[in-house]
Amino acid sequence: MTSNQAAAPLATPLAKPATSWVTTGIFIAVLFALPYLLPVVLPELEGIITLKANFMIFQFTLVIIYAIAILGLNIVTGYSGQISLGHGAFYAIGAYTAAVLMDKLDVPYWATVPVSGALCMVVGFLFGLPALRLTGHYLALATFALALAVPQLLKYKHIEWLTGGVQGIVILKPDAPFGIKFMNADQWLYYFCLFVACIMFWLAMNLIRGRFGRAMIAIRDHPIAAEAMGVNNAMVKSMAFGISAAYTGVAGALGAIAIAFVAPDSFTVFLSISFLVGLVIGGLASISGAIFGAIFIQFVPNIADSISKAAPWAIYGMFLIAAVYVMPTGAAGLVRRLRG
Amino acid sequence: MEAFLHQIFSGLAAGGIYASVALALVMIYTATHHINFAQGEMAMFATYIGWALIEQVGLPYWVAFFLTIAIAFVAGFTIERIVLRPLADKPVLSIIIAFIGLLVIFNALAGFFFSYTIKAFPSPFPTSPPFGNKFLSWHDLGTVGITVMVLLLLFGFFRFTPLGLAMRAAAFNPESARLVGIRVGLMLALGWGLAASIGGIAGMLVAHVVYLDPNMMSGILLYGFASALLGGIDNPGGAVVGGFIVGVAENLLGAYVIGTELKLSVALVLIIGVLLVRPAGLFGRRLVTRV
Amino acid sequence: MAKLLEVKGLRAGYGPTEVLHGLDFEIEEGGITTILGANGAGKTTTLRAICGMVRVSGQVSLGGQAIAGKATEDIVRLGVAHVPDGRGTFVQLTTEENIRLGAYVRSDKAAVAADMERIYGYFPRLKERREQQAGTLSGGEQQMLAISRALMLSPRLLLLDEPSFGLAPLIVQEIYRILREINRKERVSMLLVEQNAALALDVADHAYLLETGNVVVSGTSDVIKNDETVRRSYLGY
Repeated sequence: MTSNQAAAPLATPLAKPATSWVTTGIFIAVLFALPYLLPVVLPELEGIITLKANFMIFQFTLVIIYAIAILGLNIVTGYSGQISLGHGAFYAIGAYTAAVLMDKLDVPYWATVPVSGALCMVVGFLFGLPALRLTGHYLALATFALALAVPQLLKYKHIEWLTGGVQGIVILKPDAPFGIKFMNADQWLYYFCLFVACIMFWLAMNLIRGRFGRAMIAIRDHPIAAEAMGVNNAMVKSMAFGISAAYTGVAGALGAIAIAFVAPDSFTVFLSISFLVGLVIGGLASISGAIFGAIFIQFVPNIADSISKAAPWAIYGMFLIAAVYVMPTGAAGLVRRLRG
Repeated sequence: MEAFLHQIFSGLAAGGIYASVALALVMIYTATHHINFAQGEMAMFATYIGWALIEQVGLPYWVAFFLTIAIAFVAGFTIERIVLRPLADKPVLSIIIAFIGLLVIFNALAGFFFSYTIKAFPSPFPTSPPFGNKFLSWHDLGTVGITVMVLLLLFGFFRFTPLGLAMRAAAFNPESARLVGIRVGLMLALGWGLAASIGGIAGMLVAHVVYLDPNMMSGILLYGFASALLGGIDNPGGAVVGGFIVGVAENLLGAYVIGTELKLSVALVLIIGVLLVRPAGLFGRRLVTRV
Repeated sequence: MAKLLEVKGLRAGYGPTEVLHGLDFEIEEGGITTILGANGAGKTTTLRAICGMVRVSGQVSLGGQAIAGKATEDIVRLGVAHVPDGRGTFVQLTTEENIRLGAYVRSDKAAVAADMERIYGYFPRLKERREQQAGTLSGGEQQMLAISRALMLSPRLLLLDEPSFGLAPLIVQEIYRILREINRKERVSMLLVEQNAALALDVADHAYLLETGNVVVSGTSDVIKNDETVRRSYLGY
């Protein structure tokens, strides 16, 4: 049951190293082989059309991208204990940064990713500075308001020359570099995103197990004690917000490149809610959980969409509430410590 | 000058709606100290029920209006009992996730049952402008009138009835409330019922102006948050004043300063501004956290 | 005299920690009984257990009716009023609203109005401050308010948790004078928890001495007051 996935990591917030390197290695190997495994696992794809296989690869590319975004949200909500309902805003900033850089300045796609990350880090840090004075509900409210306002901000007519207004920006999908022939654009993008994701996950693991991670967790669990121990709460919380925004911004940039299109209405409050769903399903304060969460938010809507346009969201809603119930009172020590 | 007056009046009319949404938020906040992120979607869904009663069942407007309020009350009451009650001792994050879950479910259910196509919602008020003026319609006047009436009724209820007093007592000090025999859980559910009803009223009034669709309340909820925070999240009267201030400010700023496309950002800036500068709002009580 | 409250083998605690390890005691109709003991002996918990504010096991019967395990709200409806530790003032409400809340479960409006006037007779200071926000009252006034609120239930049993706590001696004297008067005039039975043993033994007819969740001594107040060992070992005067 999925809700158990949500609950399980809660019991051992810091026991992640237990995941053996072998498992991790196999997992990464599978991820790398995926574009070539797909036709084998699903033989009916082979004969038909590469189009369908390419679409599946594209979907897995999105899974990787969402995993990065959810990991970002997890840094701020899972580890640092600040509730954000507005990470879709940072995803949007990342996406638009990449699109504008490629569209207006002809910056190569790969170079837009770090720029988006850096910009989101600054924006996130600046947003985090005042927002860190807010806790619990109020931070959720401020970020929720941000998420609601984003599409409108993107449509603002005085920046239309930059953002393309309601129409958005169409960008070119990059081909594999160095004239590589054995990989098509979708396969190349998959590997590109996977490469970025590996770096981001590796960084996150080190961040969380390091000094900064311990400071974040200390603040989450007992802010006053942390302050008394010499942790600069304000700084750490803003930095956590900034880093988290950077992750989500990188994901946004990758998303823009993969979809080759950005438009304001892709970044409604429901995007932020999707990330929250992914976070809760994958497990709070769990690095690998981000991947499960991403698989969930990528594929469940696809399946449910065939029932009705409303079905994916109804399912999301039910999963959200179910997850809250199943977070066991005893094991949810972590969540309990998030209490405002 | 005329245009200016027009902006003020339509701001007041919009303010009436924001005030009602803010009132609903304040109701739940005072009872449970939670901010109900699903308030807007609950109101939207209630409005669809009102629409179905009028357009599909064929009930007269006012019958449908009051029936919707009653249905919303029962629904709000039930949601508290079934969904929120078991979460009473859970941390803030769990409760916020549950609220978001409710938001998403109501949004999806509305789309599922009533489709995503935009629907017109009737107004009970005459269409001709009142007293030959061109600044505001009967519907605007009616909106303001109903908002003020709701506030007065709530004030009377909380101030002068034993049940209202018991609800306040339960919200302020649940343990002492139990010691005088108040069933605190029941009071919280009643609070949710009342909030859902007020939200339904706001929804039915606003649907005539913005038209009915599953996402109609998202912007209005944002203004509702801004109004409630501005007035003080624990102060019903403040919420109503905040609603009117936000309505007028939003219209004037939209018309003369930043243009209509950025109006939602006014709410965003207000929310963050109030939270940072004066978290208690204009009329709220300052909260002190003990270390 | 008839027994109003009979407690047998009462166990209670918070979470996994048991605080009361099987208490036996009883309260006589119309009397004042006191529970004495050091900090942490379980006095407050005993009161909270009687009115269902903590998880309990064992028997508690009020006038022959079993009340252990019932919800606080229902025990209150059977006529048990509690003046809690820390006074439990509704600080945002007015003095009069606080008092009116005490009669929340009663439906006899005329009698409630009469009771309110009678209580204002005991505590005229509260009447002067009836429209004042209760949080702005002094400590002594809030204690009087808590007693008034409890009396508005017209209780069969009044539980009092350290009514002298943190108050000036003169105020304490006044409060105890009034409590005695109420007991005598209105025959309200009381269970009094106090740190100030001398004071409590003065007003009570019966006393139980509690040590780490067990009753170690019981008897009439006079006997306990004059028992050298008890006095020296437990009461410290």
